[in-house]
Amino acid sequence: MGALDFSVVWKNLPILWEGMKVSLQLFAIALAGGVFLGTLLALARLSSRRVLSVPATAFVNLIRSIPFIMAIFWFYFLTPMLVEKLTGRTGEAVGPFVSAIVAFIMVESAYYSEIIRAGIQSIPRGQPAAAYAVGMNYWQAMGYVVLPQAFRNMVPIMLTQAVILFQDTSLVYVVALKDFLGAAGKAGQLSGRLVEMYLFVALVFFLICFSASWLVKRLQSRLATPR
Amino acid sequence: MAMIDIKNVSKWYGAFQVLADNTTAVEKGEVVVVCGPSGSGKSTLIKCVNGLEPFQKGEIVIEGTSVGDPATDLPKLRSRVGMVFQNFELFPHMSVMRNLTIGQEKVLGRGRDEAEDKAAKLLDRVGLRSQAEKFPGQLSGGQQQRVAIARALAMDPIAMLFDEPTSALDPEMVNEVLEVMVGLAREGMTMMCVTHEMGFARTVASRVVFMDEGRIVEDCTRDAFFGTPRGERATQFLSKILHN
Repeated sequence: MGALDFSVVWKNLPILWEGMKVSLQLFAIALAGGVFLGTLLALARLSSRRVLSVPATAFVNLIRSIPFIMAIFWFYFLTPMLVEKLTGRTGEAVGPFVSAIVAFIMVESAYYSEIIRAGIQSIPRGQPAAAYAVGMNYWQAMGYVVLPQAFRNMVPIMLTQAVILFQDTSLVYVVALKDFLGAAGKAGQLSGRLVEMYLFVALVFFLICFSASWLVKRLQSRLATPR
Repeated sequence: MAMIDIKNVSKWYGAFQVLADNTTAVEKGEVVVVCGPSGSGKSTLIKCVNGLEPFQKGEIVIEGTSVGDPATDLPKLRSRVGMVFQNFELFPHMSVMRNLTIGQEKVLGRGRDEAEDKAAKLLDRVGLRSQAEKFPGQLSGGQQQRVAIARALAMDPIAMLFDEPTSALDPEMVNEVLEVMVGLAREGMTMMCVTHEMGFARTVASRVVFMDEGRIVEDCTRDAFFGTPRGERATQFLSKILHN
């Protein structure tokens, strides 16, 4: 093996950018879906109605107990097989991107629900009581009073989880989805310059995640609510 | 018919009974002071009145609407009964003005201008018009509690509930809050106040209810309560309170 030649990175930039777009899409959709579903899951877990809290708790504990990569794998390969076994019909293949999205949203919603649940529980119980006392219903009390305060407390840890999520998008290589890492691997194999390509990938991930973590720290000091 | 009618109300936390068969009433325009040692159930009772705490037995009726009835629209009922908490419970992420307008807009459906007009008048009344754009965390405890009273009044309540409104305050701030409450009482507001402020009770109470161990042990007019003879438990309690 000769000297490192990074010109291969420049030549493959368009392919790498295509891969990065897949990663970013996956990240954005998983983040939005995860936070939205995670909020509903957290509210369900905190509900006094057992028909809501028991299934939500079971779901969160199940998802959090299996490796992320298993969930991605499951949704791509095993769910169609399971559907076929159960119904006797061959399901339509949904493709790696859609199945990865489903897996990511489910896993992230489980992780986010735990963060959001802790955030909601950090708000003193007098706050929802005061909201109810002025005549708000459950959704108003949550939407105007509890969740805005909870999210403010949670922003740093949610962003930290988002950084982890961005790194985890690279796990979709198991379903042969061409994300940033996948595109770099492909280009590296074709050109015989795997080392350079993976070094570049590592550098990009490092720059994005490190600067995001730095931003989180800056934000943390500015977001504290005076009480 | 009384404005607030409390009939045979009992409540348990598991096997522990916190309220035992309590019956009393607040007539329109009356100021009823509820006092008693800590743990006697007085805060729990007042929270039952607007359904913030459920109770297992008995009935509470506010102007003909039963609080415990599952068919009752509790948010609507609560919007008509103001409540002031021991720890103020202003919404810390909203300005003072927003604290006073959010209920009016989201619950009563008032427009922004109407709600802000109303809020400004009430802030004037509690002497805090100049603080409208501040956040609760920037105000003193006494100021926060006056804002909380204004927030409750903004909903045009038919009655006001006070749950130990001065017990979390520094002594020098107690009077500014009591003054607002006395003003309300003099205007004929129907009030139910859990408080240890016997001076307040002496000045404006129509009746005094004394609770001990989850039970109403005395329920009489102000003059009868502060005169003699009186139940032994209430005498002990009063002597402790009045010495302080």
